[in-house]
Amino acid sequence: MCANIKTQIKKTKKIIVNPLNNHRMNIDIILAGVGGQGILSIATIIGNTAVKQGLYLKQAEVHGMSQRGGDVQSHLRLSDKEIASDLIPTGKADIIISVEPMEALRYLPMLKSEGWVITNTNPFINITNYPEESILMNRIDQLSHKIAINADKIAKDLGSARSSNMVILGAATPFLQLNFNDIEYTVKDTFIRKGQDIVDVNIACLHAGRDFAMKK
Amino acid sequence: MQKLLLLGDEAIAQAAIDAGISGIYAYPGTPSTEIMEYIQASKQAKENDIHRQWSANEKTAIEAAIGMSYAGKRAIVCMKHVGLNVAADGFMNAAITGANGGLVVVSADDPSMHSSQNEQDSRCYGKFAMIPIFEPSNQQEAYDITIAAFDFSEKHKTPVLLRITTRLAHSRSGVVCNMKRNQNEIKLPDNTKQFILLPAIARKQYNELLEKQKHFEKEFETSTFNEYIDGKDKSLGIITSGIAYNYLMENYPDRVCPYPVLKITQYPLPTKLIARLADECKSIMVMEEGYPVIEEQLRGLLNRCLTVKGRLDGSLPRVGELNANAVARALGLPDTQGEAIPNIVAPRPPALCLGCPHIDSYKALNEATEPYGKGRVFADIGCYTLGALPPYNAIFSCVDMGASITMAKGASDAGLNPTVAVIGDSTFCHSGITSLFDCVMENTPITIMILDNSTTGMTGGQKSHGVGRLESICLGLGVEKEHIHILNPLPNNHKHNTNIIKQELNYKGVSVIIPQRECVQTLKRRLRKQRK
Repeated sequence: MCANIKTQIKKTKKIIVNPLNNHRMNIDIILAGVGGQGILSIATIIGNTAVKQGLYLKQAEVHGMSQRGGDVQSHLRLSDKEIASDLIPTGKADIIISVEPMEALRYLPMLKSEGWVITNTNPFINITNYPEESILMNRIDQLSHKIAINADKIAKDLGSARSSNMVILGAATPFLQLNFNDIEYTVKDTFIRKGQDIVDVNIACLHAGRDFAMKK
Repeated sequence: MQKLLLLGDEAIAQAAIDAGISGIYAYPGTPSTEIMEYIQASKQAKENDIHRQWSANEKTAIEAAIGMSYAGKRAIVCMKHVGLNVAADGFMNAAITGANGGLVVVSADDPSMHSSQNEQDSRCYGKFAMIPIFEPSNQQEAYDITIAAFDFSEKHKTPVLLRITTRLAHSRSGVVCNMKRNQNEIKLPDNTKQFILLPAIARKQYNELLEKQKHFEKEFETSTFNEYIDGKDKSLGIITSGIAYNYLMENYPDRVCPYPVLKITQYPLPTKLIARLADECKSIMVMEEGYPVIEEQLRGLLNRCLTVKGRLDGSLPRVGELNANAVARALGLPDTQGEAIPNIVAPRPPALCLGCPHIDSYKALNEATEPYGKGRVFADIGCYTLGALPPYNAIFSCVDMGASITMAKGASDAGLNPTVAVIGDSTFCHSGITSLFDCVMENTPITIMILDNSTTGMTGGQKSHGVGRLESICLGLGVEKEHIHILNPLPNNHKHNTNIIKQELNYKGVSVIIPQRECVQTLKRRLRKQRK
């Protein structure tokens, strides 16, 4: 399994060097989490980077009632060709990026058999029947293509618990077929209004997440 | 020319600004809210001094928009599908008055009921009122067709219904914005009787409306928005409406469908184009988001001469949104499925936020009503509807905006006492005031709790008309001063608040209790802004 990941990383590295040439770019991403966790900030950064690279994009969001602590997802589709549906068909998503471990599993019907799950391991428990943590982690362990990362801890250690989303984004970057420098630039651009300190810590989180995924 | 990354809602908003509107009128409702929010935040709208305040409800919104159209200026009015029920009186009659300045009504439908109490299809209203319907299939078309809708409205002196659904409203994509037009000058209608629907005038106007239908249909036969895309395989002809087109094309990676496709974007339906499809193809399948509106028209009652497939014969699901998978199954194409959801995944329904004032209100209300048993609390539409779920299990109805008070009144009239109504401050101002007036006129035994979090919470915290005015509104309607109580819903005040509710449950007349504490979400946002 480990070798499998390494091959995948090698492949993605190659793509990063030469992102769009000789390659039909087409990536479908499910972003998952709980209302209020801010999955849209990840979507915005990936989306803005993709648009800068001249790609087509469709991003379906969930607004309204579910945003009150319920499960939320966003469908993010990038392509070098015009995109038809706003929603990803079931069984066709390339990646699930989740900021919450149980929510990552909720969208498995959306994922291709060779698709990847990038998930935070830190649970968000706002219901009484949340599964036991060991059983949940065990189930995540069984996924054949996954990056499971304690983003909250890494972000906290780097000095900003609120930036765990950037750790998750960082861990997803090797799979996105987007130029990493461009993603980094978009992150800077997103946080620059809040001051250089905030930019620095978010960039550090992004790198930490990426390093974790590359080492795996 | 600039390309922006916009939600479907935002594309409509930007198009309305670019088409030269002088005003937008709306009441918040998912999935339509972002149209007004975009215009409120727009620098361009500010510079052009476009009217962009929330209305009390959809009825007042559409009436103000009709008034702006009367004055010769362009107006857009936006609502969710059930909002069109509230605005229906104005909507139906605006068909007969017709428009002067361009008038576009946006109704955002919510098939699958992501955030609504039903999945009614606004196209039925368009047909009912005989108002032309425009239904874009993607974000770019949402921009282009909004501008076309204003042109059409002014050319034919008719309101236009712009129908969208959740997935277009809340999905983002690149949109080229290529138009800028100034607002109209004030110009009253040439026919001074156009807007006077006295029977004698209304009859004449109604005949004109019927006459207009022919012109509408003629335009839509040749419109570039209604597209006939030929295909080699004539065993089937496909009709799509709105975003259903995308779900069809998703199944063909090279975007070439083997069957002839008629992409419908404007109604009344282009009969000649449909006849061509029926003549050339052995059978027809209709793919539409929402009700089987087109399908029913094609089948008629007897369904004898032409095989029409769609939502009615079970080729596609009768309820809920369409998607590419449902379309694949209908066409006999391979359908893909990932792994099943593991059993350990628990449902995570939406819930009241931590620290939400409604939590304290429900705790006090539950304790106060406990001696009378369950089933006496009628509620309304907003965040507090989540009080129906555990651990509160506090409310027993949620029907339409304002229904809490009048349903509780009806139950009280039936002899159920005590009865309680729970309604939010914004919903009260939307449709609860007249309900309270009915109670006051009869001194109905009823306890009304107006949960005042000083915002329209569920849709994301829009300005509520009621802020600072609720007590004086109730006094003005004739509620007795000693039976109006303002409470502060905090855990520390639980005992006091429970006692006040208990006391008023025993009063055999109209009581209004107003638990007043700001929504934690708007509070957080306000504090964050102050820190900056």
